Amino acid sequence: MSTRKSPQRRKRTQQIGFFMLRMVAIIAVLPIIAIMAYIVYQGASALSWEFITGYPSDGMRSGGIWPAIVGTFFLTMLCAIVVTPLGIGAAIYLSEYAPDNRWTQSIRIAIINLAGIPSVVYGLFGLGLFVIFLNFGISILAGALTLAIMTLPVIITTTEEALRAVPQSFRVVSTSVGATQWQTIRRIVLPQALPGILTGVILGLERAAGETAPILFTAAVFFLPRLPSSILDPTMALPYHLYVISTQVPGMEPQIQYGTALVLLIFVLGLNLLATVIRSRARARRQW
Amino acid sequence: MAENDYKIITENLVLQYSDGTESLKNITLNIPRHAISVLFGPAGGGKSTYLRVLNRLNDLASVNEMSGRAILFTKDGQPLNLLHPDIDITALRRRVGMVFARPVVLPMSIKENLTYGLQVAGERNRSRLNQAVERSLTQAALWDEVKDRLDDPAVDLSGGQQQRLCIARSLALEPEVLLLDEPTSGLDPISTGKVEASLQELKKDYTIILVPHSVQQAARTADYAAFFLQGELVEYAVGHEMFTKPKNQRTADYIEGRFG
Repeated sequence: MSTRKSPQRRKRTQQIGFFMLRMVAIIAVLPIIAIMAYIVYQGASALSWEFITGYPSDGMRSGGIWPAIVGTFFLTMLCAIVVTPLGIGAAIYLSEYAPDNRWTQSIRIAIINLAGIPSVVYGLFGLGLFVIFLNFGISILAGALTLAIMTLPVIITTTEEALRAVPQSFRVVSTSVGATQWQTIRRIVLPQALPGILTGVILGLERAAGETAPILFTAAVFFLPRLPSSILDPTMALPYHLYVISTQVPGMEPQIQYGTALVLLIFVLGLNLLATVIRSRARARRQW
Repeated sequence: MAENDYKIITENLVLQYSDGTESLKNITLNIPRHAISVLFGPAGGGKSTYLRVLNRLNDLASVNEMSGRAILFTKDGQPLNLLHPDIDITALRRRVGMVFARPVVLPMSIKENLTYGLQVAGERNRSRLNQAVERSLTQAALWDEVKDRLDDPAVDLSGGQQQRLCIARSLALEPEVLLLDEPTSGLDPISTGKVEASLQELKKDYTIILVPHSVQQAARTADYAAFFLQGELVEYAVGHEMFTKPKNQRTADYIEGRFG
């Protein structure tokens, strides 16, 4: 038969195939390595104790970025406090209680669409609702709530997936020994799904921490000579600060820009690392 | 015999799932106390569905139609209408324990698997919980094998041990009825033998309803046997009569392996 190849040729084809796949995989990781290497190369020299803990001075051209770090931390934390119970609660309802009907299907479609809305639109919405209508002003509260709405679909979706990954048989067994549905969820399903849920929450917050557009109109200010003293104060924030010093300040030293980017990157990748650690430890302990 | 000489009576029981799968057609069947009643027949005959009526696990599925009578007489002689919508379902499930075909141990320790049902029922007393652990493991013939490692994860047990743990988990609740749906289908012959032997012990204290995984197992274990075929109860008799001289031709054909 003409289509049958010799073993040598088949082996050769396989080797070429694997080589191509390996190349594709390397190309896929090149950008992230390049970005990190470049930012570390450009920004590492700016990092110092004074840069981390100091206040900006000389019209941002020198000094540190402490208010921006604190601002991003507060925004992310408040966002987490708001979005975690909401997102997990909604996911539990959708995964465990909701009947499969038109109503819950439209909720699902709404959540998927929520995830597709551009972040600047969230910013504008936050401006209208929280800053102006609810009169929170440009504040950490308004910014965190805007970030929370943006993060909500991510957390709902990943939590739902984590809940669905828990074998149905556990629920049946728990029910069969007399547990109510809520006892089953609280004692069996949630503990098993927790690592997956945490991973989703952290990944959602990571996105919130790095976003500029949603806080642009709702929380962030150009410069603040002091730290915010309440959640109704405006704040500086790392992504917005980076945007400002990269576009609005003439005569900016690039190493300060890259130093700021590096701090933001460390913040976000730190969260990412935490999620990875939680996930892999849970996977090692998992009993199913 | 009067009705309440039986543990469970079912009369003209009809059940139809919404998706049109396995159903029950007019099942009239009385289950005696302290005996092993075996429900056997080809797959899809309604055996599991019948079991799941008795502890209302059918509530998890979507059921179109359920009618007839199904009464369980509690150990104080009270009749309990199993079809009543407002019955205390969690209390019923503690009365009627269930063991599934595949051993499903909960993702916790051996001991926690056994105390789980009592704890969700509100039992907090540590010594009562410990007593239940030892008693149920002994009854399921597993105590000697696991008594030194009660805090180990239950998944570390072998398949046969896991299934006996599942039996023990039901027994920990001191049920009155034990439903077993092909409990040995995944087990090797030695483990199967151990499970069957413990069932013979357990029937002294419990009412047992077993769906066996083969006709041979049905013949070995049955005090009473019911032959289910396509949702109908074809024949119901004392075990040894059923398997030596069945009255119905379809029963005889099935037992002798002419279909199935």
